[in-house]
Amino acid sequence: MLETLARFKKHILIFFAVLGPGFITAMVDNDSGGIYTYSQAGARWLYLPLWTLLPITVALIVTQEMCSRMGAVTGKGLSDLIREEFGLRMTFMIMILLVLANLTNIMAEFAGVATALGLFGVSKLISVPIAAVLAWFIAVKGNYRSVEKIFLFACVIYVAYIVAGILVKPDWKQAMIYSVRPQLMLDSGYITMLIAMVGTTIAPWMQFYLQAAVVEKGITTKEYKESRFEVIVGCFGTQIIAFFIIVACAGAYRDHPTDITDAAQAALALKPFSQWAAPLFGAGLLNASIFAACILPLSTAYSVCEGMGFESGIGKRWREAPIFYWLYTLLIVVGAGVVILPNFPLVQMILLSQVLNGMLLPFILIFMIILINKTHLMKEWKNPPSYNIVAWLTVIIVIGMTLALTGITIRNPG
Amino acid sequence: MAENFLYFTELLGLPVYDLKHRRIGRVKDAALVPLIHPARIDRYLVGAGSSWLSVRFDQIATISLDGIELSNEKLYPYHADEYMLRIQRDLLDQQIIDVNGRKVVRVTDVSLQVRHDDRDSLEVLEVDVGVRSILRRLLQGWVPPRWVRRLQSPISPNSIRWEFCNIVEADPLRRLRLNISNEKLEHMHPADLADIVEELGPAERESIFETIDSEVAAEALSEIDPRMQASILEALEPEVAADIVEEMSPDQAADALSELTDETSAEILEEMEGEPVSEVKELLEFDEDTAGGMMNTEAIVLPEQTTLAEAMVQLREHEDLLENTHVLFLSGAGGRVTASVPLARLFLADGDTQLKDLAVERLIFTTVDETKDRVTELFDKYNLLALPVVDEAGALAGVITADDVISVLRRS
Repeated sequence: MLETLARFKKHILIFFAVLGPGFITAMVDNDSGGIYTYSQAGARWLYLPLWTLLPITVALIVTQEMCSRMGAVTGKGLSDLIREEFGLRMTFMIMILLVLANLTNIMAEFAGVATALGLFGVSKLISVPIAAVLAWFIAVKGNYRSVEKIFLFACVIYVAYIVAGILVKPDWKQAMIYSVRPQLMLDSGYITMLIAMVGTTIAPWMQFYLQAAVVEKGITTKEYKESRFEVIVGCFGTQIIAFFIIVACAGAYRDHPTDITDAAQAALALKPFSQWAAPLFGAGLLNASIFAACILPLSTAYSVCEGMGFESGIGKRWREAPIFYWLYTLLIVVGAGVVILPNFPLVQMILLSQVLNGMLLPFILIFMIILINKTHLMKEWKNPPSYNIVAWLTVIIVIGMTLALTGITIRNPG
Repeated sequence: MAENFLYFTELLGLPVYDLKHRRIGRVKDAALVPLIHPARIDRYLVGAGSSWLSVRFDQIATISLDGIELSNEKLYPYHADEYMLRIQRDLLDQQIIDVNGRKVVRVTDVSLQVRHDDRDSLEVLEVDVGVRSILRRLLQGWVPPRWVRRLQSPISPNSIRWEFCNIVEADPLRRLRLNISNEKLEHMHPADLADIVEELGPAERESIFETIDSEVAAEALSEIDPRMQASILEALEPEVAADIVEEMSPDQAADALSELTDETSAEILEEMEGEPVSEVKELLEFDEDTAGGMMNTEAIVLPEQTTLAEAMVQLREHEDLLENTHVLFLSGAGGRVTASVPLARLFLADGDTQLKDLAVERLIFTTVDETKDRVTELFDKYNLLALPVVDEAGALAGVITADDVISVLRRS
């Protein structure tokens, strides 16, 4: 008994030591784009889409687990491995796509900041520049450990959505039933929405960020068991948040399902139910947007510099790693700058980001499976055959859905 | 036109002509055989139809941007040869260590020097990294080499001389066949080596610690993050790990071992030889967060009545300790520490001065179970370089030096 307790305690301790990469990646997944998609799903289709969350969680776990395993075993980032195994030209093409896709994602994050603070009556001319400076400083002036602590704290703020969801007093019985009962309808709007939920959950940048964070944290095969557990907990956590966002919106729009056009509209719809629900929803959005606005530029700069062999790292000085810092700064300046511009076609940009993500994701996922099956890289940690079936199946479904979303986006923009 | 140098990206795809100037194929890869020559390209792998031919360096007459002319037509099909270091396959896009620049870099291209002796031959001159070589790689095969040379000229080159490159290879057998030694790493500063090692993957990391001199390995290991220290030591064979830990100072050895599981640390202690083992074992007993856990047991303690001349004799005997000794300690009746003498004061006194006359006025000391916060405070308050730690009987148990305190502060 005592021995079991001691072993349990050891696992818990290691769990807290490895806590960070998986949890943060999964949480940032609910960025402003994600929150918007989930709000839209709840507002228009009420509880019907809830059943997709469980399969999405499984797909998320399968992809994230592979990345963290590659990081722990090889000690190298995903872009390093792509460069080593697929050559420079392929890496270069992927990096160009990644920079473009992430840049449009960053724009969406700063737009999220503007929307969230707009709820509190702050002009975007003030909120966006402040958020940009904040995002720049947090990463450049911090080190990995302190930044990780700030990020983990940001993860806690997502609880705002759980509280907001409860305040709205939705129909819990329906929510539970529809969480496990698949609802399929041959309605193009409904299908598009389901696909968008998958698309917003599994994004190319996450695979790069997670693997890099696992390496940076120095997680090795020794702590891998706990690290995998952390990834799984994170994936469930992020989907629980998604559940509450959908439920909150479903509750708010229970009598009159609506096509909403931004997350602020969803927040305002919560107002009649509790004076706190709307501010909480807004605070959640603000947190998520700033959080992602910090991580995305940094992750992009790291991935590109590692893949192309430029000096990188926030431990280096500007002069030692100029390309790294310039790229990082430029992504923030451009990403935040366009949001302030009047008449900037932001909606088109966000649609473009979905298209770019959709083009990139198939490459990344297929490369990941190829890499993780290479014996010289993974040794005894490569995918067992049964896991490969699950992985390929997941990848094919996700790619299929992403391509479908890309197709839909291109055919009816807006 | 005879070139003096050729980039590997230009060599790839270069046509190869036989004696009658018929094209037999294009260059697909080139290989060094490091056991024979460290830099000369020994084999050219030429794709002819569906198979590859292997051309030896002495079968070549001329090499230029227009192609390679052979002087001998007895070519053999290429067989995978474990003694070859193939540039395209084994070097391009891989990480190597730039020993001079003290960093890990990724190879983008290789510059080759064309030697015009009685026949043309190529020698690896530099490994190229950075934007200029990336441009070459991207345009390779799409834009004629002479245009590429013109296009790249405004970009400043970024390359590393071949003799300063240390190839990273985790497989010991391959290392032997390719004549790869990590000897160059041994000349680096241990702290730089530690930084480099932290950037590599676990397998490469372990291979470096397995092969380099255990004294250098010990110094580098002391500079590495404790958690990574543990994973390295655990991956090494216990005998190799023990050799490295033996070379570490007892306090650092104890710190490293305390991060390991009890079984592994016992296994390593078992393999260790020499007198420091007992000290390491003693230090392992102390809690990491106390003065006992921070201190080093290596210190010079002399009787109070010692004269300076006698002290000098003693110091010469303890030559190995001098590097980290800033203060001497004096012991009185019953082995109690009574005073400390900064080493610098010895220079100003005569040979028959008693050491106790040189001692600082008040001895600042602490006990083995003092907390690490309090220890840091003492260093700050009294501006110390070294702080003696005493046991219950008042005898010297060890010394904490300023660098121990800096490590503690950096980690918190």
